[in-house]
Amino acid sequence: MIEVLSAGALATVQDLGRNGCLRWGVGTSGAMDPLALAAGNLLLANDEGDAGIEVPVFPFRVRFTEDCAFALTGADCAATLDDVPLLPWSVQRARAGETLKLNPPQMGPWRASRAYLCLAGGVDVPAVLNSRSTQLRGAFGGLDGRALRGGDTLTAADPRREVHPSGIGLVPPALSMPLQADGCPAVRVLPAAEYEGYTRASRDAFWATEWKITPQSDRYGYRLSGEALEPVAPMEMRSHGIVPGVIQVPPGGQPIVQMRDAQPSGGYPKLGTVIEADLWRLGQAPIGSRIRFIETTWDAALSALDELRAWLDESRRLLELHR
Amino acid sequence: MNKQPVFSVLGTTAALFEAPGEMTLGTQRRIWSLAREAQDWPEVREAVPGMNNLMLTFARAPRQLDALQERLLAAWEGIQPLALEGRVIELPVVYGGEGGPHMDDVVNHTGLSVDEIVQLHSAPLYPVYALGSHPGYCYLGGMDPRIATPRRKVPVVSIPGGAVSIGGSQTGVSASAGPSGWNTIGSTQMCFFDPSREVPALLQPGDSIRFRVEKVIR
Repeated sequence: MIEVLSAGALATVQDLGRNGCLRWGVGTSGAMDPLALAAGNLLLANDEGDAGIEVPVFPFRVRFTEDCAFALTGADCAATLDDVPLLPWSVQRARAGETLKLNPPQMGPWRASRAYLCLAGGVDVPAVLNSRSTQLRGAFGGLDGRALRGGDTLTAADPRREVHPSGIGLVPPALSMPLQADGCPAVRVLPAAEYEGYTRASRDAFWATEWKITPQSDRYGYRLSGEALEPVAPMEMRSHGIVPGVIQVPPGGQPIVQMRDAQPSGGYPKLGTVIEADLWRLGQAPIGSRIRFIETTWDAALSALDELRAWLDESRRLLELHR
Repeated sequence: MNKQPVFSVLGTTAALFEAPGEMTLGTQRRIWSLAREAQDWPEVREAVPGMNNLMLTFARAPRQLDALQERLLAAWEGIQPLALEGRVIELPVVYGGEGGPHMDDVVNHTGLSVDEIVQLHSAPLYPVYALGSHPGYCYLGGMDPRIATPRRKVPVVSIPGGAVSIGGSQTGVSASAGPSGWNTIGSTQMCFFDPSREVPALLQPGDSIRFRVEKVIR
């Protein structure tokens, strides 16, 4: 068991998301960086889709009340276990009574904003509608449908399971699969239905300029700031289903990228969608940082998904060699 | 308004089909029918009706997108309307007052009195077209166009669950507290969503809502 020592940290229990409930108005939720969560689970020989703790605010501290194997992935947050520094993206073992501290993410070759704490066997909270992800609007899933707070306790489903040896790690995919445009972190986008409804100048600016991630950005959506995007004529949409990654443009012209807690329907015009294979990159982009959009094709977007699958499969294979 | 059906993609996560023409219940019945058919296609994870449109999320994104588009358009041409016979849920509403903080804005926009707005709003039987937005929330058809009021310029940070509101030509009831750009004219009390139930949403497409006037605070 672990006890949360940090108050008001906005940390939540997440798995890879809740599927099949859109017809009831229930969005997917799930990890903002699903690749990091899946990798953390692989390090512990868990199922890729087991639940972990997503930590967006630092420092974040937990105390282990029993011996337990764990893994930290996502942002490199210079973590310590009873003040002993830990390697990021590696298997670790805590003893009962030890305190794990996650510090603010390191600046460096890659800058990320969310860390994932995975526990042996996964974080043991009840599955609600087939998922352990926290549904904040609906107040269910995760731990009592809310963010964690000081004094909460969470249980590892299988703290003594046989995991990979301590210290074994993975190279973070941000290092092995970087994506930039003119030196700026980038994500790939497929144009959406209303793309042609924007002026040529706005479409050019969308691809060619940097977009700042404003402080009004969270698990619901990233509000970007840059050159205002202008439609050729105002567009009135009927409410329709949307998914994480959809880039909506409200009348003010500043785009909003829907993220994991976004509502599953909307009515603003859509300029494009960040491809599923790059959502993990965006999910890690810090507030205040800048991103670029790269136009892609259907075939290239599918190849990018295949590349992620191959990375996870290869990681699993390499870890099995050390078991 | 589209003259032809429109097919587009939402990244590699989903495809969107938009029916042509005015928004009608007749078209929505064909959307329900198309959703039922597409739900059985192997590449489809979930077929989700919207307002005269349909989103298909992918279990596995198809390599041949053209083939899916052709299949969808062909299915639409031949589809028969699905006349779902649902339940009627009656919701007692307190109009105006603290629970209806934007009634004055609707009065100002429409030029109607509070009593006229309440009468027009509570008269129809509203069919549930689709669910979306947040758990248990229903998109309704059938509002009288005379009380249509534009969405608010600045969205309200949070309206409570049970808020009865008007956004453009649509009306609805929020199922839980959250942000909204609609004009809240009243309040009701109902549990629209319970994740512990096998079917967690109270209402389904084809069900209907009737608003009963419990009280009018002028």
